[in-house]
Amino acid sequence: MNSWRRSFESISLSFGAIFAGLLLFGVFCAAVGQNPFAVYGSIWKSAFGSWQTFQNTLIRAAPLMLTALCTALPARLGLVIIGNEGALVVGGIAAVAIGLGLGTALPPVIAQVAMAIAGMIAGGLWIMAAGALKHYRAVNETISSLLLNYVAIALLNHLVGGPMRDPSSLNKPSTFPLPEAIMLGNIPGSRVHWGLLYGIVACAIAYFLIQRTTFGFAARTAGGNIRAARIAGLPVGQLTLTVCFLAGSCAGLAGMVEVAAVQGSANESLNVGYGYGGILVAFAARHNPLAAILISLLVGGILASGGILQRAHNLPDATVLVFEGIVFLAVLYSDSLYGKIPWFKEKPLIAAPPNPPTSPGQEPVVIS
Amino acid sequence: MSQKRVVRLSRRQILRGLLATGAFGIASKYGIGCASTPSTSDASTGASPAAAGGNPITIGFIYVGPKDDYGYNQAHAAGAAGMAKKFSWVKLVEEANVPETAAVAESMRSMIDIDGAVALFPTSFGYFDPHVLKMAAEYPDVQFFHAGGLYQEGKTPKNVGSYFGYIDEAQYIAGIVAALTSKSGKLGFVGAKPIPQVLRNINAFTLGARSVKPAITTQVVFTGNWAEPIKEAEATNSMADQGIDVVTCHVDSPKVVIETAEKRGIFSSGYHADQIALAPKGYLTGAEWDWTNIYSKLAEEIYAGKKLMDGGIPHILRGGLKDGFCKISPYGPAVGAEAKKAADEAQAKLMDGSLTIYPGGLKDNTGKVVIPAGTTLKQDDPTLESMNYLVDGVLGSIGS
Repeated sequence: MNSWRRSFESISLSFGAIFAGLLLFGVFCAAVGQNPFAVYGSIWKSAFGSWQTFQNTLIRAAPLMLTALCTALPARLGLVIIGNEGALVVGGIAAVAIGLGLGTALPPVIAQVAMAIAGMIAGGLWIMAAGALKHYRAVNETISSLLLNYVAIALLNHLVGGPMRDPSSLNKPSTFPLPEAIMLGNIPGSRVHWGLLYGIVACAIAYFLIQRTTFGFAARTAGGNIRAARIAGLPVGQLTLTVCFLAGSCAGLAGMVEVAAVQGSANESLNVGYGYGGILVAFAARHNPLAAILISLLVGGILASGGILQRAHNLPDATVLVFEGIVFLAVLYSDSLYGKIPWFKEKPLIAAPPNPPTSPGQEPVVIS
Repeated sequence: MSQKRVVRLSRRQILRGLLATGAFGIASKYGIGCASTPSTSDASTGASPAAAGGNPITIGFIYVGPKDDYGYNQAHAAGAAGMAKKFSWVKLVEEANVPETAAVAESMRSMIDIDGAVALFPTSFGYFDPHVLKMAAEYPDVQFFHAGGLYQEGKTPKNVGSYFGYIDEAQYIAGIVAALTSKSGKLGFVGAKPIPQVLRNINAFTLGARSVKPAITTQVVFTGNWAEPIKEAEATNSMADQGIDVVTCHVDSPKVVIETAEKRGIFSSGYHADQIALAPKGYLTGAEWDWTNIYSKLAEEIYAGKKLMDGGIPHILRGGLKDGFCKISPYGPAVGAEAKKAADEAQAKLMDGSLTIYPGGLKDNTGKVVIPAGTTLKQDDPTLESMNYLVDGVLGSIGS
């Protein structure tokens, strides 16, 4: 069904957008007195240049894959959910609570699974609340999920400053640290934690669920036209709640990973913007879970190059944000170009009349 | 409609992209990766003789916020820049706006691996556990100096050092100046969180004020986080409404508090760095860090080949006004002669050690005695580093 022109359109628009973003960023670099090509070289080297530095990109990309799903999944249902940060935070809190509760009483694997499930359930319920408000009370899900972020952060601050505080964490209130034994380790042969694998697997599952199952088809239908979906007898409420739960559980899992693989305890470092980064990724990936993996890598790479821009080129620390902003503006703008460029249009299929069969004895004579 | 179409067509493309990424990952792992691993260890082993020799050294600084925040990060960045300017043999590498996540570990790693840093100064408190501890274990030849972290003998890696200043001494003097300038007898303090470092500053400020005007009070407001510009402005405004006429703060960037105070026509006392540029009329003085001094000393020791690992540089470095960790900002135009005299006297006494800020029999603001009578806590007493009370004269509570 898809002709090569269609595929080519998406390839050239996506890459063209990134390229245009790079070009604009080059102009910016030149404006502040840096050689743009040297800057490009450094970015490439520090983000993708070698396995050593590519791991830096992967580490930064891992949480974004999971938090991006929190926006991408409900978007297929026509909901704009931006409560990623909140779901991540409550997921982290729940994971720590379970992890500390279980301690080393059970085998580490069971404790880790329990923490992951706790994080997913907590994050899932958090976003499901926004979905329920939308479905039953017609509360705008964007606003409610955004406000739930603040509630979650306040809850985190309250818990780590009060009931769950480790008294020995003097100047940075934190919960008690998780036992070393139940921490998530790194993927062997690298310094990248298992969260990366979780992210890739979650994105793959989400893609399969949305594109290849009747559930996903129902969700997409409801997202396309909710009234038609109702008339067709689809359980829209159930779909809304389920999709929101799944979305939140992905962000909750990101919180669990952050706690169990990086921080070792829950504290204010949980809400450093992975959730908001995820929104960006989801929109840039056009809510396609598989594209979210690639976009996460791109963002991870941009973030990873932030250090070299400051250290080798003496660019200000906000440069990396400028870079990210320019690339995303270009990517989002390119979205509006789909179908606008005539060259990519499908050519109407005109079946060429079949050649009349050549009659025997009249073949062209080939002289060799 | 367009959504659906794009989704369909990107599938194949994405699979291809994934394959390419995977192939790239594998290729770089088995191709370049093998070559780069030994070169990494080369860099770290090659770095240690440089530290001992007297060759140029690379020192890395990492800040949690922007370098020009008029606050905590600016104080450190100014210190690093001042140090680098003094010594031609220092190569300074810096990164600002690095969050307290895996990002800081990666920053430290690339400073060591790529830039060949022999000493790192990750300046935010939250970098310490787990990030600095992890990296220190991984790079035993690199020295990590951390601002404010708790070094525990036998537990913390040998190549980690902790430095911090008793800036409450400067706050004590600022409190004296504030009290003698205030007409209403009400002072205000905008704090980020009720943690020991902040509480200690509030208490020292209040004790300083009450040492010259025993009836004066300090209203305290906690904003809940290190950078909450809106809440900081609200708190300052409400303090001005209550008749408070001198405000000070302990947040990451005092800019908002100082500017708001100036706008409301009340006096302000700074923190972290000199903020007189923000409030030319109402700025009294402030408690400032003097990191240039400390960083220069440490850089010279590192240059001379001294190490944390063999005890050449002490693991715990603390000091106050006398040791040059902190200082008070030059007095603003609103400070009277009487206040200057009292402040200078107190400073001289703090310098020669004849004045202690926390006397025995000190009561908190609920009337409980927090320091038993007869035991005077010196500045370096570790119990002060876990302070969890507000002294008599502070209006407010730590809330938990």
